Amino acid sequence: MIAQIIPLLYVAAATSFILALKWLSGVATARRGVLVGVLGMALAVGGTLLNPEIVSYKWIAVAIVLGSIIGVPMAMMPMTAVPQRTALSHAFGALAAALVGTAEYYLRAPGIDRFTMGALALEVLLGFLTFTASLMAFGKLQEILPTRPITYRNQNVVNLSLFVFAVAAGVALVVSPGTTWLFAALGGLSLVFGVLLIVPIGGADMPTVISLLNSYAGLSACAMGFVLDNHLLIIAGALDGSSGLILSVIMCRAMNRSFTNVLFGAFGQVQASAAAAGEERIVRSATPEEAASILGAAGSVIVVPGYGMAVAQAQHKVRELFDTLTKLGIGVRFAIHPVAGRMPGHMNVLLAEADIPYDRMVGMEEINSDFAQTDVALVIGANDVTNPAARRDQSSPIYGMPILDVDKARTVMVIKRGMSAGFAGIDNDLYYMDRTLMVFGDAKAVVGNLVKELAAANGLH
Amino acid sequence: MASDFELSFFVFVLATFLGVEVIRRVSPLLHTPLMSLTNAISAIAVVGSILVAGQQKTTLSTVLGTAAVTCSMINIVGGYLITYRMLRMFKRSGKDGR
Repeated sequence: MIAQIIPLLYVAAATSFILALKWLSGVATARRGVLVGVLGMALAVGGTLLNPEIVSYKWIAVAIVLGSIIGVPMAMMPMTAVPQRTALSHAFGALAAALVGTAEYYLRAPGIDRFTMGALALEVLLGFLTFTASLMAFGKLQEILPTRPITYRNQNVVNLSLFVFAVAAGVALVVSPGTTWLFAALGGLSLVFGVLLIVPIGGADMPTVISLLNSYAGLSACAMGFVLDNHLLIIAGALDGSSGLILSVIMCRAMNRSFTNVLFGAFGQVQASAAAAGEERIVRSATPEEAASILGAAGSVIVVPGYGMAVAQAQHKVRELFDTLTKLGIGVRFAIHPVAGRMPGHMNVLLAEADIPYDRMVGMEEINSDFAQTDVALVIGANDVTNPAARRDQSSPIYGMPILDVDKARTVMVIKRGMSAGFAGIDNDLYYMDRTLMVFGDAKAVVGNLVKELAAANGLH
Repeated sequence: MASDFELSFFVFVLATFLGVEVIRRVSPLLHTPLMSLTNAISAIAVVGSILVAGQQKTTLSTVLGTAAVTCSMINIVGGYLITYRMLRMFKRSGKDGR
């Protein structure tokens, strides 16, 4: 009887996961999507607990309670910490797959057929490398580790040979599954490779890397499905794998770079020589008071938020500015570049947390043609994604990258701490245009002052 | 045995295509919740973890299985909760007079 019920529960679980992702396509149905996802997971866990092969529930119960106790605070982290939280949970997911793979290997070896061994090797390789790579990504995002890329001579050769050794160990295991030291070597090499893979990657490439790790975590669950001959695992893992893949392709396109370039290019090293070569260029700066009077006279404003807004925790002040300008009858929208922030959709979540309506957040392709008819483009903590050099300077490292056409607005206002270069390590031509005004200072403080000046000048409070 | 693998491959290929089609339609607005939701879904590794922990075949497998169930549960509880929390923040304009 139970043998017939379990597969039915698994089919229902797989259906729920597909519906969950389908309903996530729009804000109106997204919450329903999460709930059906929870249902799917409950069905999967329930079905598994019915399995007659389970002889004791003691440790399962302990683990479920322990995991839930740790999981709740992980869900209560502030939205600014979402990228590092996501990296950490990729690490947990991948570790679970790798541990199960390890246990399965030692339970079954040496009587493992080749196909299963291949799937096991893949599960362990992806699981362990994603585990350490995600921990490294977490460290960089949390700024425990330096966020600038770290490079050394022959780095790519070292990384590539490590990976080749790990794959070779996997292949050798398929040939002779009983060689346990090879399995240990495979695990060890994967762990080390995961660390070295992230060492040369800089902060602004994190959106791509996090998406890729998302994909790997899913694929290792998928490989587990092949090992256990469980189609639910294969389906859920494949959904996750394709999601991560799509997101990383979107991120790469938004930076006009290839996967190889992101992973092995060590982009974002300081290019001091290029910056020093240019002569002194003139910038025009404005006080918050002057900036506020220009904003107050505008008919339409587009705000361009970037990672700097998140760093300065300025999103709530930005909401106040949005409210004030809206009260004055000024149309305000937010232009979101796909790679703004440290993970896909990072800016949207931050702005939504600050109570900015989501229908005011507009994607790059949709809003770019509107800049020319906009009175003020207000750049808060974004840099490279607004650099017009990407359109016209073939020698620029970011040439060809799709950018927000901020420079076409009638007035450009940039809130920035100082004149330091952005992540790509290059100067931004935007800052030297005639119609650009630089407002120097901390984003949170400057936006706060803008709100005060606007309110005072227009009799609001 | 070979036909099992063949079937598994079919399931994998079809699920991947389905995943690509479904996820392409997700609005960029929701890419962060998408990632935290798929992260929670990939905690489906809990299925294998529970089996290994519950079969209690060797001490090693029980320890590894228990650790794996813990990791998966962190992602299930944490992943769904934070996704729901995020989505509750997304509001349309106009409702409160803006």
